[in-house]
Amino acid sequence: MENVITAENMRLYYGEKEALHGINLAFPKNQITALLGPSGSGKSTFLRSLNRMNDLIPDVTITGSVKFEGQDIYSPKMDVVNLRKRVGMVFQQPNPFPFSVYDNVIYGLKLEGVKDKKLLDQRVEESLKQAAVWDETKDHLKESALSFSGGQQQRICIARVLAVQPDMILMDEPTSALDPVSSSKIEDTMLELKNDYTVAIVTHNMQQAARISDYSAFFLNGDLIETEATQQMFVNPVQEQTSDFLNGKFG
Amino acid sequence: MKAKTIDRIATGIIYALVSVVVLILLFLLGFILIKGVPHISWKFLTSPAQAFIAGGGIGDQLFNSFYLLILTLLISFPIALGAGIYLSEYAPKNWVTNLVRITIEVLSSLPSVVVGLFGFLLFVVQFKLGFSIISGAIALTFFNLPLLTRSIENSLSAVPDLQREAGLSLGLSKWKTVTRVIFPIALPGIITGIILSAGRVFGEAAALIFTAGQSAPAINYADWNPFNGTSPLNIFRPAETLAVHIWKINTEGIMPDANQVSAGASAVLVIAVLVFNLLARFIGARLYRKITAGK
Repeated sequence: MENVITAENMRLYYGEKEALHGINLAFPKNQITALLGPSGSGKSTFLRSLNRMNDLIPDVTITGSVKFEGQDIYSPKMDVVNLRKRVGMVFQQPNPFPFSVYDNVIYGLKLEGVKDKKLLDQRVEESLKQAAVWDETKDHLKESALSFSGGQQQRICIARVLAVQPDMILMDEPTSALDPVSSSKIEDTMLELKNDYTVAIVTHNMQQAARISDYSAFFLNGDLIETEATQQMFVNPVQEQTSDFLNGKFG
Repeated sequence: MKAKTIDRIATGIIYALVSVVVLILLFLLGFILIKGVPHISWKFLTSPAQAFIAGGGIGDQLFNSFYLLILTLLISFPIALGAGIYLSEYAPKNWVTNLVRITIEVLSSLPSVVVGLFGFLLFVVQFKLGFSIISGAIALTFFNLPLLTRSIENSLSAVPDLQREAGLSLGLSKWKTVTRVIFPIALPGIITGIILSAGRVFGEAAALIFTAGQSAPAINYADWNPFNGTSPLNIFRPAETLAVHIWKINTEGIMPDANQVSAGASAVLVIAVLVFNLLARFIGARLYRKITAGK
């Protein structure tokens, strides 16, 4: 199977301190990969290094390689802006711009210079539909995205990422700030997205991982302990630590 | 004493202190307005000042004040905006940045009369600009820059990092994230900062006495060529502003109606500053609603 992103012996340091100890993990195309583990295990840090969002933190260094479609994203030749267009991200806290729903969704495109109103309209509708929030927003496109509920805001954020038409979407605990109903809507959305996109999701919620993911990777203290087809891992984990975690002995 | 009693006494004291502040403010405002407003008329606002006879107005001074204000903002806003963006978005957290911040703090606490004397020595004397609007505008820029930079930096920093992450993660460059996401969100705060600083600049006298001068030569409002000596737009003519005029009348005014002119001019000044403040709130709130597409 084709992999979209492959990390090989990837190590990440905050200053002198090593936070990720040599991660080897690949993300298969059109599959959902869940990154599991207790708080502080490094799963979010790892996710954020896949589209170089860790660049925002001073003093972070990375060794090893992370390849996106065969190209090392930490090579000096990498165009980070372009990388982030192709590897989009959804955050833990819904963070729509305080603009209208319409402007939120097309902001990326507009700044790229797309002026064709018809195309923009069409992309807004498409993206909101894909993110399963079209019915709730279609009559309120000119209203502030902030006037919607948390769950709707998060789906607007997903639509905003989709409008840029990335290849891969990184989700950093996208439902942890939301109520169960909104969460399950977003899970449905993700299962839909799988057809067109590759998804990596960090989650605290093991049921969620079991429901939606194809592959699971278990992180602990900056190590990748085990990676497996989700079914396999949940039924029959290889490592004892994984089994302890899945059985709620810690984390 | 019981906690409840202490709480009541503390609340009482706080209310008393607030009332003191409000009372002083109301007294000052009331005094200036009651004394001054009766003297304000269209003629007072538009006719030139008189040195020896009664019936002088403040027309030229009022124009000078606004012209100087606009020039000052034209010079100081771009510089402050650049500095504010740098400090909020680009400056690394190290000692150099701290030094810049401390310098700005010191500059903002500099007494305006010192700024005025500095401007006098450097621009008026050394650069031979003479008592002129441009000398005054540069001095006021020095006076205004630190405060404006700080308010712009604060408005930008107040935008949550989540918005920066959102912009960058959509594949916007840092520059586009700053200019097209962070700046619009911070704009209402920035506008408020500009207008509030405009109020301060408008009422400033000490920095102008030595730079823009204390005389208001006759201005020909029919001549809008900025290169003519009597044109209102000429930046090399001396220009007494409203605040300087008030100061001058009270120290050496010999016209028979000096008290009335001073009271009227003070009232106009206070009203203008009040209008700036209210405008700041109104425009800031309006702009925020517009940008956020709220109702």
